[in-house]
Amino acid sequence: MPLSSPLLEARSLAARRGYATLFQGVSFALVAGGVLAVSGPNGCGKTTLLRMLAGLAAPAEGEILLGGTRVHPFDPRLRDAVAFNGHLPALKDELTAIENLAAWTTLENERADLQGIDRALDRVALGKRSRIPARALSQGQRRRIGLARLALSPRRLWILDEPLTALDGDGVDVLEALLAAQLDGGGIVVAASHQALPVAAERLHRLDLALAHHR
Amino acid sequence: MSEATTTAAAPDAASVSAAFGWALARDLRIALRSKAELGVQLMFYVIVVSLFPLATSPSREVLATLGPGVLWTAALLASLLSLPRLFSADFSDGTLEQIALSPRPLPALVSGKMAAHWLTTGLPVAVLAPVLGGQYAMDGTELGILAAALLLGTPILSLLGAIGAALTLGARGGGSLLALLVLPLYAPVLIFGAGAVDALRAGMSAGPQLSLLAAGLLLALVAAPFAVATAVRIALD
Amino acid sequence: MIVNWFRYSSPVSFYPLAGRLSRAFGVLAAGFTIAGLYIGLVVAPTDATQGDAYRIIFLHVPTAWMAMLIYLAMAFWSALALGFNTRLSAMMAQALAPTGALMAALALWSGAFWGRPTWGTYWAWDARMTSTLILLFLYLGVIALRSAIDDPRRADRACALLSLVGAVNVPIIYFSVQWWNTLHQGSSISFTSAPKMAMTMVEGLLVMTAGVWSYCIAVTLARVRSIIVERERGSGWVASLIARQGAR
Repeated sequence: MPLSSPLLEARSLAARRGYATLFQGVSFALVAGGVLAVSGPNGCGKTTLLRMLAGLAAPAEGEILLGGTRVHPFDPRLRDAVAFNGHLPALKDELTAIENLAAWTTLENERADLQGIDRALDRVALGKRSRIPARALSQGQRRRIGLARLALSPRRLWILDEPLTALDGDGVDVLEALLAAQLDGGGIVVAASHQALPVAAERLHRLDLALAHHR
Repeated sequence: MSEATTTAAAPDAASVSAAFGWALARDLRIALRSKAELGVQLMFYVIVVSLFPLATSPSREVLATLGPGVLWTAALLASLLSLPRLFSADFSDGTLEQIALSPRPLPALVSGKMAAHWLTTGLPVAVLAPVLGGQYAMDGTELGILAAALLLGTPILSLLGAIGAALTLGARGGGSLLALLVLPLYAPVLIFGAGAVDALRAGMSAGPQLSLLAAGLLLALVAAPFAVATAVRIALD
Repeated sequence: MIVNWFRYSSPVSFYPLAGRLSRAFGVLAAGFTIAGLYIGLVVAPTDATQGDAYRIIFLHVPTAWMAMLIYLAMAFWSALALGFNTRLSAMMAQALAPTGALMAALALWSGAFWGRPTWGTYWAWDARMTSTLILLFLYLGVIALRSAIDDPRRADRACALLSLVGAVNVPIIYFSVQWWNTLHQGSSISFTSAPKMAMTMVEGLLVMTAGVWSYCIAVTLARVRSIIVERERGSGWVASLIARQGAR
């Protein structure tokens, strides 16, 4: 595949909730190394759009293409390519940070790479708190476990819902490093955020869903 | 089914059993971290079974007539009560999304969860029932048949119930809606299960009832994982 | 006459067709029911053993048949809805459920009033009555699940799956209840040997069945029209439809 052809493409997507149209006519194309920052007021359908791109929900209209071919919800190719970091943390309070990460890495691979998990937890500066149940961690620390999961996940397409929420200055630095590594490696990122994403301006594409809301 | 066509590439046996084992081990580990909850569910079974003599009569003839029905109805209710635990925590904390998005086959993953559910609810009930059956003037052979019928029948309850539990995710009315969906489907299991001991008492063989329960179990084992996987995907949409 | 049936799989083009069909089946229902009631209540002779009480079968038997048939139809549309993601099939399934529940309830109600003079009790745990009761619960479950899910598309798919699971179970439920009933023969009254019916009775029954069947079709199509308007109310054609109706 030539480098310039889009890895992820959306063609006139529309979403409905109940009988109301959230957005329509949403189109974009992302090449490797690109970031799409989705913005818009509350309730405009940012989370819905991310869930469509992750393959959790079907668009009411339009189509999504991955590497040039159309994908449907729960498509195996999409499931192989996507790391989805939604607004739900997917953490088990009963398990420690290490156990949570081990459960997720073994869901994707056969074996848990415990050294890799330790390195990832160090990378998000959670090493010291990694052996206590997740329920004892603060909101920002829980978000960092999510970042460690991204660090462990060799997926080309990251879909992040409000990745900056509850992160402090150091946390934002960690996220910046992770995003840079993902984009340099030829991956792409779609993120919904109210704040500016910590990525280089030339990589950034913007999508304002308020403009796609016609009703 | 529309999803089925997109996941056409059949997963191989190794990845199916790996996915099944992953979900089973994970759910068992979490269940064992909250043992008190499991104990409460078993106590519910014991108490419901023990209330019937108080509500009717301590006479041996009455209790012997009621026994199999009471032990089975209580097993149905205990299964129903534990069903929300199967998916709702995973649904509300986002785990279910991640499971459904993982490259592993979803029917195998939900099968692991259902197996964990049965091991922590159905199996203890089947083991406990012969002990409680003593309260209902049942003899050794009858208790054996009762346990055999419960061992065959309670997995069907977990499998059918999981369909209802997945369908009601995110719906209003939670527990009572689940009861309305699931209890009518439980009727044949109740009839054949309680009927096994009744047949023995009427001087017949319990074989037909046990065979029918086994047939029902096979059907549920084959069909339910796909129905549950579809229901989970619908719930996440 | 060549009809392009696929044209009617879109709610927009089905809406006017459903209206015409609904009116036609409404007229048929009225005609068949009047004729059937005349045959059943006036022409058919009084039964030797049951007297005039047996005449309730002219309502009881058609509604019981319809209760089963509508579940089958609902499962059929559900399978289409789930398999091909067609909106109209899901709407058909949704429209059938209340009528099916009504038929099951009518069958139970009329059965109870038939049971009182013939068996001496309103409810006797007869195998067919028990199965119909469980069928009613299955209908109520589908209706309750739909009203518990806000998003109509999700509700469509969840109800379709539940209807299919129910459809697999219905034969098992009927068989198990039959089995249960024969094992406990002593405690309930057997009702498997139907009284020998006169030819006019059979005619009355068939005409009444045609009447009830037509009624079910008419009501279901009328309900589908309401559902279409409700679902598509954001679209242009419904707005112009409402404007036309309002101007009248």
